[in-house]
Amino acid sequence: MNAAKSADPILEMKGVGKAFGNVVALSGIDIAVYPGQVTCVLGDNGAGKSTLIKILSGVHKASEGEFLISGQKTEFNSPRDAMAKGIATVFQDLATVPLMSVWRNFFLGNEPKKWWKPLGILDTKLAKDTAKAELLNMGIDLRDTNQAIGTLSGGERQAVAIARAVYFGANVLILDEPTSALGVRQSGIVLKYILAARERGVAVIFITHNPHHAFLVGDHFYLLNRGRMTASFVREKVQLDELIQAMAGGAELDTLTHEISIIRQD
Amino acid sequence: MTAVKSDERLQRVSIVTKALRRPELGALIGALVIFTIFALVDTTGQFAQLQGAAGWTHFAAPIGIVSIFVALLMIAGEFDLSSGVMVGSAGLLMGNLITEAGMGVFPALLVTLVFAGLVGLANGFLVIRTGLPSFIVTLATFFVLKGVNLAVTKLITGTVRVDGIDTGDGFETARAWFATKVEFGGASFQISVLWWIGFTIFATWLLTRTTFGNWIFASGGDANAARNAGVPVARTKMTLFVLTSMAAALVGCMTLLELRGMQAGQGVGQEFFYIIAAAVGGTLLTGGAGSAVGASIGAAIMGFAAIGIPYALWDQDWVATFLGVILFLAVLVNTWLSKQAKGARK
Repeated sequence: MNAAKSADPILEMKGVGKAFGNVVALSGIDIAVYPGQVTCVLGDNGAGKSTLIKILSGVHKASEGEFLISGQKTEFNSPRDAMAKGIATVFQDLATVPLMSVWRNFFLGNEPKKWWKPLGILDTKLAKDTAKAELLNMGIDLRDTNQAIGTLSGGERQAVAIARAVYFGANVLILDEPTSALGVRQSGIVLKYILAARERGVAVIFITHNPHHAFLVGDHFYLLNRGRMTASFVREKVQLDELIQAMAGGAELDTLTHEISIIRQD
Repeated sequence: MTAVKSDERLQRVSIVTKALRRPELGALIGALVIFTIFALVDTTGQFAQLQGAAGWTHFAAPIGIVSIFVALLMIAGEFDLSSGVMVGSAGLLMGNLITEAGMGVFPALLVTLVFAGLVGLANGFLVIRTGLPSFIVTLATFFVLKGVNLAVTKLITGTVRVDGIDTGDGFETARAWFATKVEFGGASFQISVLWWIGFTIFATWLLTRTTFGNWIFASGGDANAARNAGVPVARTKMTLFVLTSMAAALVGCMTLLELRGMQAGQGVGQEFFYIIAAAVGGTLLTGGAGSAVGASIGAAIMGFAAIGIPYALWDQDWVATFLGVILFLAVLVNTWLSKQAKGARK
């Protein structure tokens, strides 16, 4: 833990902002992401989480500020640029093709080939064995990688997408609300795989509006509110209550609690 | 790693599920049932014999060759309604190149295939670029070509038919390749049957054993996810439009060589046969699942009906009605089977 902390951040944002016309979606964002740690970005709806993900994954360009990868100033022109730098994004529902088998999904777009490569002949045995072994490494024990991925639960599907990104050499893994559509048990499964990816030295950026989930796995916490960074915490030095308070905008929640208690008394 | 070894434990459990998961299972069962029925009502005693097989394959092969590629295209999530009329366009073009432009049969065949490829490319390009449904784009191509077939043929020949292609250079050689009969066990089969089998094997390999096949499934299954994973969705679909168009053209050229001439209306209406064959064979109309073998089985069922109904001395006019009922039942059974295979969840 301490060794990891002393390491340099793999990805850094300094004073990053983004405006769409005269609407300022983000401004003055400072984030440092370290390998082998989980960085949580918390925010309510409309806080600017989506814009932040899109800047990180290369979909949008920041309008101001600096973006550094391993200390080097970088600019992404497309998601492909980001992927080439080892930044993989797992989107909530757009990660897998439900009717295709698990192993086909695992290697989709990066299929292993045999014999003369330009012919594009799939090495199905290698693909199946690798998919099974890699998933097992992440602690996902599937009976059969031939089954359609649509037959897996939502949590397992997210897990396969995470395992795939890790296998294909992601240094930075961006997870867009991986638990928001899931039940309690399924969320637990995904959180487990987030830690598994962390154990493998991946820098995980976990974007969520759920402070309970973030608190369970996070090393660093950044809070977004109305496009601004309102607070940042380090594990050990923060309590769950503080996180929830800070996220809901502290004072705002107090007022709300007070108002609700008045209604309840009636 | 003992984990990878633990496969044996699973194989035993999943054989039934594995079979249920095959998209062509429903079509295969259906084909066996229909074959048996026609064999029982047969009055000639030939239906279940090789002579009968030569008969139904003669009908099924040209449908099968195109429907295999129509199925691949449907798996990728697109339709080609111009595939039927392309059979006519190709035959007419090749015929006119031979009789009017004095080209040899093989050069004319090559030019025709290139023309078909370009039409397929245009279909694909318009679908990708405009974002309109391929159902509409290729329906437009269908009507454009249908008009061209009639108008241009009349303009050039003064009739609605192209004739006299047997004067062309290399006609006999081309016939030997594409339209001859092959003796087998006392029955004479059309050589198109061999092409049909060849294309079925090729397309199955393409679909299940190549990266391109993986992209076909992904493009039709969820184009967005496929793009996110780095699959060239547009290129995959364009290639399939080209292949479908060329397969239809090949069948057009084979028909021309077999009949030594062609009517301007040839092929029109066949596009539905291809789609029926693909759908009966377990290809999902919404894309993402299906098989080449299934489409071939679908084509075979059409062959059974086309031969079995007259052999049973029933009125041939009922063939279309029969196919309509089969289409409905087959898709119903296929949908039910795939639900069983996937279990309760979705």
